Amino acid sequence: MSDYAPLKFFVPEPTGRPGDEPDFTDIEIPAAGTVRRPDIDVDPAEMKDLARTMIRVMNTNGDAVGPWADDIPDDILMQGLKSMVRTRAFDDRMMTLQRQGKTSFYMKCTGEEAIAIGFQAALSKGDMHFPTYRQQGILLSQDYPIVDLVCQILSNAKDPLKGRQLPILYSARDYGFFTVSGNLGTQFLQAVGWAMASAIKGDTKVASAWIGDGSTAENDFHAALVNASVYKPPVVLNVVNNQWAISSFRGMAGGNNATFAERAHGYDIPALRVDGNDYLAVYAASRWAIERARRGHGATLIEWVTYRVAPHSTSDDPSKYRPKEASEAWPLGDPILRLKNHMVNRGIWSEERHKQAETEYDDEIRLATKEAESYGTMGSGSSPREMFECVFKDMPRHLREQRQKMGV
Amino acid sequence: MPQMTMIEAIRDAMDVKMTMDDNVVVYGEDVGYFGGVFRCTHGLQEKFGTSRVFDAPISESGIVGTAIGMGAYGLRPCVEIQFADYIYPAYDQIVSEAARLRYRSAAEFTSPITIRTPCGGGIFGGQTHSQSPEALFTHISGVKTVIVSNPYDAKGLLISAIEDDDPVIFFEPKRLYNGPFDGHHDRPAKNWSKHPLGDVPEGHYTVPIGKASIFSEGSDVTILTYGTMVYVAEAAKEETGIDAEIIDLRSLLPLDVDAIVKSVEKTGRCMVLHEATLTSGFGAELAAQVQERCFYHLEVPVERVTGYDTPYPHAQEWDYFPGPARVGKALKSMMETV
Repeated sequence: MSDYAPLKFFVPEPTGRPGDEPDFTDIEIPAAGTVRRPDIDVDPAEMKDLARTMIRVMNTNGDAVGPWADDIPDDILMQGLKSMVRTRAFDDRMMTLQRQGKTSFYMKCTGEEAIAIGFQAALSKGDMHFPTYRQQGILLSQDYPIVDLVCQILSNAKDPLKGRQLPILYSARDYGFFTVSGNLGTQFLQAVGWAMASAIKGDTKVASAWIGDGSTAENDFHAALVNASVYKPPVVLNVVNNQWAISSFRGMAGGNNATFAERAHGYDIPALRVDGNDYLAVYAASRWAIERARRGHGATLIEWVTYRVAPHSTSDDPSKYRPKEASEAWPLGDPILRLKNHMVNRGIWSEERHKQAETEYDDEIRLATKEAESYGTMGSGSSPREMFECVFKDMPRHLREQRQKMGV
Repeated sequence: MPQMTMIEAIRDAMDVKMTMDDNVVVYGEDVGYFGGVFRCTHGLQEKFGTSRVFDAPISESGIVGTAIGMGAYGLRPCVEIQFADYIYPAYDQIVSEAARLRYRSAAEFTSPITIRTPCGGGIFGGQTHSQSPEALFTHISGVKTVIVSNPYDAKGLLISAIEDDDPVIFFEPKRLYNGPFDGHHDRPAKNWSKHPLGDVPEGHYTVPIGKASIFSEGSDVTILTYGTMVYVAEAAKEETGIDAEIIDLRSLLPLDVDAIVKSVEKTGRCMVLHEATLTSGFGAELAAQVQERCFYHLEVPVERVTGYDTPYPHAQEWDYFPGPARVGKALKSMMETV
């Protein structure tokens, strides 16, 4: 007779479901300023500890402390905070547009603003992001025309992407923003290829790859890491761990007990794990990894620890799968409030100026939205002729025939 | 004019393009130092260096995904997937990414990449080294699909593919690498040195993507085919004495509809011949095109001769392979039906 007990099938569960109290005790949070800062050319094997801890700069008083507390110029901080406020105002306004039936779809990045915006601030002209759909902050922290963004979301006559692409899957080459796929993980790999090209050509451009915690389960995540390991191209591999992939918690991507940062070690790639709601930590860690890449030391994986405060998209309802007050209980707080407190402490910002900024961006976005709406909403104003363009550089005969048959 | 095998012609196309254009890079599994399992890249790394010709990890998605990134940067990667049977891990990158960059970005980003891959059977490769998955690529909007049948076309079409600003899937029937093959597997292998299509000019020339060639003129029946089956059709024509017009399509998408229509209108009969499986094969598209455009010229229904709807078998390879006997039988039956 066998002494083996029948095997049990295991499916991981998050610490809370609807009706439960939010519980984040499984997330270890070291005090700000306690994590060491290695030189940018250090061997990956010499910094493995940085993948299990969390780089944090702002302490509970809002002061910048420790080795990652860079001397950041006031204007960079000002720009960072304003961009986060602007992005949140934009998200709120677009959410309203969707509820009004003017666009089919929207996705907010609430609570995660510091990551894309802080990283973008550390990048240079000529570098290229391969973003997911939750890095709108990259564009909203630059001077990309707001009206164009809204027109894309409304799929109207002035949609820069001619109505062919789902709302928010922008493309903005001149702003270092690669066309967002919507298929998950594919672009993580393309960023590595782009960076390989930079090295092949002997340039000094850096690629910035983006993926979510859930999509690290995709094959392409691993293909990206192996290629980044083999060729050591100038790429930063950003994993935004916002704890949720629609309704699946991070444990469904194998990230419950192991960190996402640690995955890099098997590929001899250095990794940082960073408080993604701490703008100062985001900026410092981004600069470290970008400089390492640009100096020819290869890829870095950064796990940004954050929380998806918003629903996955306008088609999602998180109250069906996670505790209701979870985002309020999130122990890393709100990135906007935290940077605001720091800047108030530093004497370069005030409650009053913050309110002014909120009003200013609210007005800016309302005006831009109004203008954009005048070019059409929910696909109106787009031409069916556009459907057949840009499949190929030159339209082949079969598409010409199909277009003629359609009569456009 | 130099005589080349199809391997040499393919290598020469890459050599010519790499010499002309610093942005052309070549990589794939075993293509660097070793020069490829079929030797198509032999000597290129030595000539152009490891930054432009290099080995890739065994990750087809990785090969195509990185090529897309490089293409977006401004390079023109020409990558190899070691066997067409191994291309499926890269399918998402081809379908959802390479094929759509131009469309979804309003041409801000494009994918000027070439994916070379050996296809087809006849080498006792079993189900993992024999497949002909061309129809899986013609069904995608945004990629071009080319399949070559001889050294001259292989060089000219590969140069066209590398120069094309859209992604091209470039199929190389591996049984044709060293010589034409008519399906008579029990006879001595022929080589390209005695074949006029083994004459390959030096330097740069192109064969346009989207143009078929009339491989052999005839008046009784049109055979629409490509790749290895061109020579099988030729053998069947000789053995039956039926005056078939053999059209080598060369490019499946875009498709040379004019060449097809002209020939079928002349002959009034049409056979579609390919090595790939029957159901939803590219032959179904060809049959539909002929029906739509040439219905009133047809004297008999369009006949499909193809591989069977099974995985590519090993021991039964020659039962599966649509050889000259099967083609000849179908030709005779088409001519008997009035």
